[in-house]
Amino acid sequence: MSGFARHRRSGHVIATFSGFEADLLRSLASQLVELLRNEAAVPRTPDDSFEAMMDFSGPTMEPDDPVLARLFPTAYQHDEEAAAEFRRFTEGSLRDGKAAGAAVIIDTLEEAGLPPELSEDGLMIDVEMAEPAAEAWLRSFTDLRLALATRLGVEEDDDDVWLAMDDDDARSQAHDIYQWVGYLQETLVDALTH
Amino acid sequence: MCVSAASPVEVEPTLTPDEITLVAKPWVTIVWNDPVNLMSYVTYVFEKYFGYDKLKAEKLMMEVHKDGKSAVSNGSREEMERDVQAMHEYGLWATMEKQ
Repeated sequence: MSGFARHRRSGHVIATFSGFEADLLRSLASQLVELLRNEAAVPRTPDDSFEAMMDFSGPTMEPDDPVLARLFPTAYQHDEEAAAEFRRFTEGSLRDGKAAGAAVIIDTLEEAGLPPELSEDGLMIDVEMAEPAAEAWLRSFTDLRLALATRLGVEEDDDDVWLAMDDDDARSQAHDIYQWVGYLQETLVDALTH
Repeated sequence: MCVSAASPVEVEPTLTPDEITLVAKPWVTIVWNDPVNLMSYVTYVFEKYFGYDKLKAEKLMMEVHKDGKSAVSNGSREEMERDVQAMHEYGLWATMEKQ
């Protein structure tokens, strides 16, 4: 695994993943799509007025799930009404955009030869992308890292906590994956800016 | 021959340049520090979305990192709502407020 690089002649962004790595990325991206689609993005306030029933434009309350709450932060900290309006007009399209970004990861990997079920040993997946797809990967890596970090409870400068943790601990393994996605993102930023 | 053109707009004479900016651009977009986003990625977003040069993007990124937050843009309320939404697209934790 060496992360992303820029192909000199085509200007495309390239990377090679093992079948296992590609399958892992697809699984993370799929989970993000599920989360974005399943947790209802609708107003939850019990309101049976006619206006409320006729209004399905978008959610006004912060999502229950902490990952979604982090992906869709409250824009106005001291103005509940403005925050609700902002959410109503933006959260739907933000959700769609993030789901579409994760879908780009899945599609790129499958088009590069990742089978629906990983069975073959020694499979290598070479991906090659023009800049728009690479940008979608870059943004989606952030969403994946935010999701993993929120579930893990990652905090500023907490490296010692994770280093001290037993390797068999499931959280330690999940943290390794979080760091691996961070490494991939770092190399992708580098490839896109050089 | 016209040596100096007459000022095309009447600027309120008692306002300082800073105050004029404040009247025209009363809202700010604030990006907050989080333990997840990479310094290189945050810099990239500021360059890419706002069109800032690398120096300015890095300065703002360091403010976020060290001070916990940075005002990254200012403008009308509508403009700032666009900027905040864009920051959320990029996964940065952004809010807006009136200066």
